[in-house]
Amino acid sequence: MTTTATKTIPAGIAGQSSYSSIWKKILMAVTGISFMGFVAGHMIGNLQLFQGQEKLNDYAELLHHLGGLLWIVRGTLLIFLAIHVWTGIRLYFQNWSARPISYKRQESIETGLTSKTMIWSGLGILLYVVYHLLHFTFVVTNPEYAGLTDAAGRLDVYSMVILGFQNYLISGVYIVAMLALAFHINHALPSFFQTLGLNRPSVRPWLKRLGTLAALLFFFGYCSMPAAVLLNIIKLPGGGN
Amino acid sequence: MNLTLYVWRQKNASDKGKMERYDARDISSHMSFLEMLDVVNEDLTEKGIEPIAFDHDCREGICGMCSLMINGIAHGPEPGTTVCQLHMRHFKDGDSIYIEPWRARAFPVIKDLIVDRSAFERIQHAGGFISINTGGAPDANALPIAKKKADLAMDAAACIGCGACVASCPNASAMLFVSAKVTQFANLPQGRIEAAERVQKMVAQMDLEGFGNCTNHYECEAVCPKEINIRFIGQMNREFMKAKTGLG
Ligand code: HEM
Ligand code: FES
Repeated sequence: MTTTATKTIPAGIAGQSSYSSIWKKILMAVTGISFMGFVAGHMIGNLQLFQGQEKLNDYAELLHHLGGLLWIVRGTLLIFLAIHVWTGIRLYFQNWSARPISYKRQESIETGLTSKTMIWSGLGILLYVVYHLLHFTFVVTNPEYAGLTDAAGRLDVYSMVILGFQNYLISGVYIVAMLALAFHINHALPSFFQTLGLNRPSVRPWLKRLGTLAALLFFFGYCSMPAAVLLNIIKLPGGGN
Repeated sequence: MNLTLYVWRQKNASDKGKMERYDARDISSHMSFLEMLDVVNEDLTEKGIEPIAFDHDCREGICGMCSLMINGIAHGPEPGTTVCQLHMRHFKDGDSIYIEPWRARAFPVIKDLIVDRSAFERIQHAGGFISINTGGAPDANALPIAKKKADLAMDAAACIGCGACVASCPNASAMLFVSAKVTQFANLPQGRIEAAERVQKMVAQMDLEGFGNCTNHYECEAVCPKEINIRFIGQMNREFMKAKTGLG
C-alpha cells in the first residue's frame, strides 16, 4: 500500500448514522421540501394583494389569530432552516475538500449553473429571509410602518407592502432574492425526488421540467407584486401615492 | 495525424507534479487512445525521457484499469466508452489534448496518470459480497426472479469499478459506484439477506475514505463507460433509509 494508511471501520460505525453522507442528503431533502410548502403557501396568501386592502388585511389578521399554531409552524420552520443551512454548509466544505487538486480542464456534460450554485443561491435566500423578517415581521428597518392601521383599526399590511415596494432599492433586492429562490428550486425540486429514491428513468425528464416550472412560477408569482406596485397598477388606498 | 499533448507528469506520490507538452507525430486514426500513448512513449524513450505512466490491462473495455481525464472528460469525449476503446478517429489533426489523472482526495496519484484506487477495494471488502457457500451451480429457474429485478441487477453489475464517476463528479463522490455494488445484490433474493448490513457498512466505508457527497449533478452517469443509471443511487438511498429505520 502506498501513502494512504489502512482505513477500517471502527467497531459499531454502521450504527453511527449521524455521520453518514446519505443522512445529510435526506435531511436536506426533507427540510428543503417543507420550505417549498411554505414558499407556495406564502405566495398564494400574499397574492391577495391583488384583491385589495380588505382581503389582504383580513388574511394577515387571520394568521395572527392562529396564535399557538402560528408559533408551532414558525418554530418548526426555524429549526428546519437551521438544520438545512448547517448541513448545506457542511456538505459544501466536505465536497470542496474531496478534490484537493483541481483539474486544469474539466467539462460539464449534464450539470448546469443552478446545480453548481446551490450554496450561493441558498445563502442568498438566507440573507434575504433575515432582511425580510427585519423589514416586515419585526419592522426594524422601516420603523415608520409600525403604526399603520386601516379603517377597521387593524395592522395595515396592505399599505406596508405598497410603501415598501415603491422603494426601488427594496423592490430590486426582492427581485434578486426571488431569482436566487428560482435558481435554488430549479435544482432542488427534481433533486428531492432523486435523493429519496422516488426517481425513475421514465419520469426523470418530467421531474426536471417540474423543477423549472416551479422555479418560474415562484419567480413570476412573487415578482408580480413589486412589479404591480412599481407600474402603479396597485396604489395606496385613497389614491395616495 | 499530428497532435499536441499536455500531460500531467508526477514522479511519485510526494512530488508536486506539473503539465508537460509533448508532440504526437504520425498517429493513425485507427489507433486506440492508449496505442497513441504507446507511440508517444516509444518516442520519449528514444529521446531519453521517462515514458508516461498510465494504467491499463485488458484494453478491451472490461477490466476498468484505464483511467484518463481527456480534455476535461473522464474516458474522453465518446459516451459509454473506456479510454482503451476510444479511437483516435474522434480527434482531428492538429488537436491539443489535455491528459490528467483522476482527481480525488480518496484517489491519490501514485505516478503520472496512475492513481491509487484501493479505496474502492476497501468499500467492496466492507460488504460487497454474499457470505454463503454457493456449492455447485443451482438448477436454472430453481429460484424464480422477476425479469425486471434480474435486469436491474444485471445493469448494476455492469460496473467495472474504473472510478470515472468519482473523477467526473464535481464533488468527487463515489455514490454511483457504491450504489451499483449495493443494488446488484439488493435486487436479487440471494442479496436480500444481508442487504441492510451491506448498505450501512459500504456507505460508512465510503464516507471514511473521504469521497464527497452526491448533490445530483449526474456527471457520473454521463461519463460512465458502462452507462450505470443514477436510479441506483436513489435505490441505495432507499435501502439505506430502510436499513436505518428497520422498515421495509
Ligand atoms: C425557501 C428556501 C429553500 C428551499 C425551498 C430549499 C429547498 C431545498 C431542497 C428541496 C433541497 C434538497 C435537494 C436534494 O434533495 O438533493 C435543497 C438543497 C440545498 N439547499 Fe436549500 N432550500 C432553501 C433554502 C436554503 C438556504 C437558506 C440555504 C443556505 C445554506 C440552502 C442551501 C442548500 C444547499 C447547499 C443544498 C444542496 C445540498 C445537496 O444537494 O447536497 N438552502 N434545498
Ligand atoms: S484497459 Fe481494461 S477497461 Fe480499459
